[in-house]
Amino acid sequence: MREKAKILDQEAINRALTRIAHEIMEKNRSTKELCLIGIRNRGAFLAKRLANAIEKIDNAPAAVGILDITLYRDDLTLIAAKPLVRKTEIDFDISDKNVVLVDDVLYTGRTIRAALDALIDFGRPKSIQLAVLVDRGHRELPIRADFVGKNIPTAKNETVEVRLEETDGLDEVAIVEKS
Amino acid sequence: MTVKGIIMSWVRKDLLGLEYLSKEEIELILSTADSFKEVSTREIKKVPALRGKTVVNLFYEPSTRTRVSFEVAAKRLSADVINIASETSSVKKGETLIDTGKNIQALKADIIVMRHNYSGAAVVLARNIDLSVINAGDGWHEHPTQALLDIFTLKEKLGRIPGLHVTIVGDIAHSRVARSNIWGLTKLGAKVTVCAPAMLIPPGIEELGVKVSHDLGEALKQADAVNVLRMQFERDEEEAFPKQLEYFQNFGITAERLKKAKKGIIVMHPGPINRGIEMSSEVADGANSVILEQVTNGIAVRMAVLFLVAQAREENAA
Repeated sequence: MREKAKILDQEAINRALTRIAHEIMEKNRSTKELCLIGIRNRGAFLAKRLANAIEKIDNAPAAVGILDITLYRDDLTLIAAKPLVRKTEIDFDISDKNVVLVDDVLYTGRTIRAALDALIDFGRPKSIQLAVLVDRGHRELPIRADFVGKNIPTAKNETVEVRLEETDGLDEVAIVEKS
Repeated sequence: MTVKGIIMSWVRKDLLGLEYLSKEEIELILSTADSFKEVSTREIKKVPALRGKTVVNLFYEPSTRTRVSFEVAAKRLSADVINIASETSSVKKGETLIDTGKNIQALKADIIVMRHNYSGAAVVLARNIDLSVINAGDGWHEHPTQALLDIFTLKEKLGRIPGLHVTIVGDIAHSRVARSNIWGLTKLGAKVTVCAPAMLIPPGIEELGVKVSHDLGEALKQADAVNVLRMQFERDEEEAFPKQLEYFQNFGITAERLKKAKKGIIVMHPGPINRGIEMSSEVADGANSVILEQVTNGIAVRMAVLFLVAQAREENAA
């Protein structure tokens, strides 16, 4: 593993999230029917940050939930370390809400496919939108993001590492080359 | 590979008893169960994790609650469930346990959940077939998922296991529930006292790291929780009644006794309850009782166990 380049620093991440927050409000107009649901692990922290940014714009909080998609994955056996099943925490009704799904990196689209399946089991939202900090391309399913922090073209032997203060002690996004 | 003291992966094909598990493995099951609990509160109480997997409930002893709990757990994971009861199967015609297991294997099932009247039956079956075997109670040996759900409930109610005092009351000698609880609780650092008339305490039980008491009042004084076992007096009908009355007077849990026990003591029972024998109705339905929560938690615990062994099977096959 070799770090190739730093793509975003803390300031750039903050700016991207603030812009996305404005875009979410532009599209949805009010927080009344809006909720943000972050995909564990880092998407959950990003959802919380977006909710804070939205509250600054609209003076009204949007509901925030956390989704664990382990039970909906199609690649359980392909992952070397078996993922722990963590808690899903959505303590509000998503029916007739505009749900913004939040994740750190959009890659093959399989995580989002799993998240969509999971969300539908919680109710029937009015709409589901997707916000990601980084879109690195290489989609394997017909899925796209509505809100993107930064598009980063990558090779398949590279990975995009999003580091967030809440879990990693600092905010940055880097491209890492797999050896 | 540890995250906050939890091991990352489960590698066992089977769950045969808590005696064979490490503290970390028990904690992994409990934390996985904690995540699964939420599934039963959803509008659609189902996740696709075990889609396409077949779970066979193989029951050589009558059981309703354990079998139904496993069936509900498997179905909430989207597995297909088949129930075989020995009274209506080829077991009646003399088929051996291993032959039955191999036939189920030939049906391309994935997991067998077995209840059997002989101690060690689950271990024998697991050794002879490639399918995962989950022990749902074998003779007087173990009933691991019952103990896991008891411990899960304790942890949920009291916030921790290490340092807790748990008293188990009843027929310790013939109880797989007691044995599994003793293994699990002591591994996690709880202090266990078993309390019963001398004839119902097996000799040498102290070697498992438990205290023995014949005085219920004394055993309840220190206890954060009391786990009350079912007495099976119905098995000897002739002398049942006087024995029941005597037992209730000396070892039945009553509101009167709870008043003298530690404040906030939790009362558990694996069910079905004999009201007026092991405990009074007042206690069974009272504020200290968590008996119905145990039933709810049993689903989450069994979902976790089914999921973990299924995941380990896939891993081994890959």
